[in-house]
Amino acid sequence: MSLALEGVGFTHANGERAVAGVSLTLAGGERVAVVGPSGAGKTTLLRVLGTSLKPGEGTVRVLDEDPWRLGASALRSLRARIGVVHQAPPIPPRLRLVTAVLAGRLGRWSAWQALASLASPRDVAGAHEALARLDLADRLFDRCDRLSGGQLQRVGIARVLYQQPDLLLADEPVSALDPTLADAAVGVLVAESEDRGATLVSSLHAVDLALKWFPRLVGMRAGAIVFDLPTHAVTSEMLRELYAAEGGVLPVQGIALGGAADAGTLAQAPLVAPLCR
Amino acid sequence: MRAPSAVGPPLRDPAAGRRVGLAVTAAILLWPLLVLAEFEPWRLFDASHLAVMAGFLGGFLPPVVTAEFLALLVRATLETLAIATAGIALAFVIAAPLAALATRSLSIARIGPGPGLRSGVALRTVVRGLLTLLRAIPEIVWALLFVRALGLGPGAGVLALAVTYGGMLGKVYAEILESGDTRPARALLEAGSSRLGAFFYALVPAAAQELASYTVYRWECAVRASVVMGFVGAGGLGQLMDQSMKMLNGGEASSVLLVFLGLVVVADLLSALIRRVLA
Repeated sequence: MSLALEGVGFTHANGERAVAGVSLTLAGGERVAVVGPSGAGKTTLLRVLGTSLKPGEGTVRVLDEDPWRLGASALRSLRARIGVVHQAPPIPPRLRLVTAVLAGRLGRWSAWQALASLASPRDVAGAHEALARLDLADRLFDRCDRLSGGQLQRVGIARVLYQQPDLLLADEPVSALDPTLADAAVGVLVAESEDRGATLVSSLHAVDLALKWFPRLVGMRAGAIVFDLPTHAVTSEMLRELYAAEGGVLPVQGIALGGAADAGTLAQAPLVAPLCR
Repeated sequence: MRAPSAVGPPLRDPAAGRRVGLAVTAAILLWPLLVLAEFEPWRLFDASHLAVMAGFLGGFLPPVVTAEFLALLVRATLETLAIATAGIALAFVIAAPLAALATRSLSIARIGPGPGLRSGVALRTVVRGLLTLLRAIPEIVWALLFVRALGLGPGAGVLALAVTYGGMLGKVYAEILESGDTRPARALLEAGSSRLGAFFYALVPAAAQELASYTVYRWECAVRASVVMGFVGAGGLGQLMDQSMKMLNGGEASSVLLVFLGLVVVADLLSALIRRVLA
């Protein structure tokens, strides 16, 4: 259930080079945070892993398969095992929460089951359980256009939890949440990965969240991987250099970092100063 | 941010030149078309033309409101509404699946792109061709054909509407489904959903309002079209109007026209209501 990118490069149709020469290997069940300034290529990297972009150069293996050598139906089954939390939740505003969450399993349902579930939701309990983990259980039958941006982002996470994928990809999954909720939501994703052994790759704008929850950090800048290290080996120098183009100020969510320091997963002392600015 | 430098992009809008070019080309193309169409509106205001028109319109007043004619009118109105509604319903049955086949938003092969891209493009081209064929032949021609096959009466009108409007609805549905927010559908396809799943869980909910309002507008057009088809014997208000005109009874014709006006207003209200419900 591993992932492997080898010399991957991707150029957009407009000629803009998004990533180049990216190599990355992940064991099954591993958890990795991708950090870096905006425009670094984090989203492109995640989309290549999620088989939504076919890289122009290099090779990709996702969940032990080469997605671009598969036939149409095998590729569909592979995609049903990949869950993506999008930064802007791709949920039509008219949908009710229950339907939006149940849509997570469309990859496993037959067309008939999908249609029947529109008339009468197939698994209300399952949707309720997924929403409850994100503190939205009481909104089960509300329409999504009644939600705030942050609530909608949590519905997007609930959908992917309900999907139960083997590979969890999250692109800035908590960008619209306040610090406390953001911390809790990343915690839910991490717990899901731990409970089911799913691999988790998340890009995060807030460096402190990445440091707290992820044992491995990948730093990206200008379409390339700058460092790929266990979190405890990442120094504040490396991070400051990563964000040098943004004035060397680290973007943080502002969560309390005490818990993570106790866990002994990172060399805390040099990091606290820049993080608390 | 950084100050603009000599190597940075120029500050002039790169699209400006193209826009001016397009506007000039459009004007150059339109002028000969207007000449060809003998577009000379000022001739309407010649004294002789004005007198002819006044005489024609004068015959329309006052509208006929005798009980006998009103009974005919009510029956013809119901018939027209039935033709338009049944026609649109059948057209919808033709259009919805064809639109789902024709829209690019449901292409799985375009993601990546993956396997089956060419066969997908071929299928969509064939379906679009079929939709073009259906709507290229005007409903009045289909009506003439079906009147010969089925005899005089509303049945021919319903079939004619179903075929032509099936083609129109299908094409426009497919385009509405492509122009709205397609990310929800793409996200579902990227999570292994079938096309049908993405269609019903993402595309349709995202575009429901626009789809409904276009369908109601087409229903309004179908009411008018069924009137025109009435002139060739496909029943309804058109047939009644045809009879009145042939008997040079302008008063009856204007009563029929007043009913048209009422129907269009009703269609408008209906459209607003449906949009509000779906909003």
